[in-house]
Amino acid sequence: MSAANEAIVGHAPHAPVHGRAQGGAHGAHGSRRSYVIGFLLAVALTIVPFGLVMSHSPVGTPLIIAVFALAQIGVHVVYFLHVDSSEEQRWNLTALLFTAIVVCIILGGSIWIMHNLYINMMPGTMPGSMG
Amino acid sequence: MSTRLTAHGGALAFEPGYADDAADALRNLRGAPAAIDFEPEHHPDSAAIAQLGFWIYLMSDCLLFAGLFATYSVLHARTAGGPTPHGLFDLPYVLAETVFLLVSSFTCGLATLAIGRRSRGATLGWLAVTFVLGLTFVGMELHEFAHMLAAGAGPNRSAFLSSFFTLVATHGLHVTCGLIWMAIMMVLVVKKGFTPSTETRLACLSLFWHFLDIIWVGVFSLVYLFGVS
Repeated sequence: MSAANEAIVGHAPHAPVHGRAQGGAHGAHGSRRSYVIGFLLAVALTIVPFGLVMSHSPVGTPLIIAVFALAQIGVHVVYFLHVDSSEEQRWNLTALLFTAIVVCIILGGSIWIMHNLYINMMPGTMPGSMG
Repeated sequence: MSTRLTAHGGALAFEPGYADDAADALRNLRGAPAAIDFEPEHHPDSAAIAQLGFWIYLMSDCLLFAGLFATYSVLHARTAGGPTPHGLFDLPYVLAETVFLLVSSFTCGLATLAIGRRSRGATLGWLAVTFVLGLTFVGMELHEFAHMLAAGAGPNRSAFLSSFFTLVATHGLHVTCGLIWMAIMMVLVVKKGFTPSTETRLACLSLFWHFLDIIWVGVFSLVYLFGVS
């Protein structure tokens, strides 16, 4: 029964109650090792972009900041939230991916549209404007 | 807690003794988990359902923050002749805030491991450390806000500052709510120990706390690092 339930409802990360009930079948989630690895990676991915900006590193910094931010978010999701592609976490992962798509649309769409508005609606650039 | 209501308000309930039929039925019911009554509080899977429900809440909260991030991205250059990100933000101070929140996320993970070991002392200890680190973060943020207000850089100064205060204060408010929740959970662990409902709530709390750290990664990257670089 529980296998079927898990297939349906998914299996939220680090569920102590669940882990005990399942006889530790999911003990792989949330080991001390994974938290330590995640923490060290997160520290590195935080320190490097801060260091680059604080040392007034030359051009290309915004792209580097974005890459490091996305990498750190990935590290947090995998090592702290323990989301993976296993059968038990299918719905967690589905919800996460759907959210990621919507976030990209909201952020990218807003910046794109508002940038075009700004460029095209500056005073004097409207067709037939008096300015 | 709404997730529990969903589990309670199910349209289907399975009688004891029909476990095999139920399992077959469940296999055919993919996509309709909310319509099934799993006897919350007793059935081990109710914890998984509660946590999936909380996960859905976190995802919707993520969309709220996406809206605020988008607003800030659009307005960050509209400084109306007032302070600019470059002259306003103190990166070493923000780095210290970031480290406090990151370490608190790690200690929250250690608390989760202590819960798994059924160690009440270690759980309370790591939760207390997490609480103090989170409180330090909120205190530093409030100090930063007070400093900015005193310098005439309040939310009414420009569109940039309005969107800055909305985004960063919304995150800070979430962290504050997390601290209140954490204090309540520490009292519950002291009074009741590890009951199934306590453990589910602690698991949701740790998800919430790690989630807020992820949002902060977006804040310090988009607001502070992009702003100053």
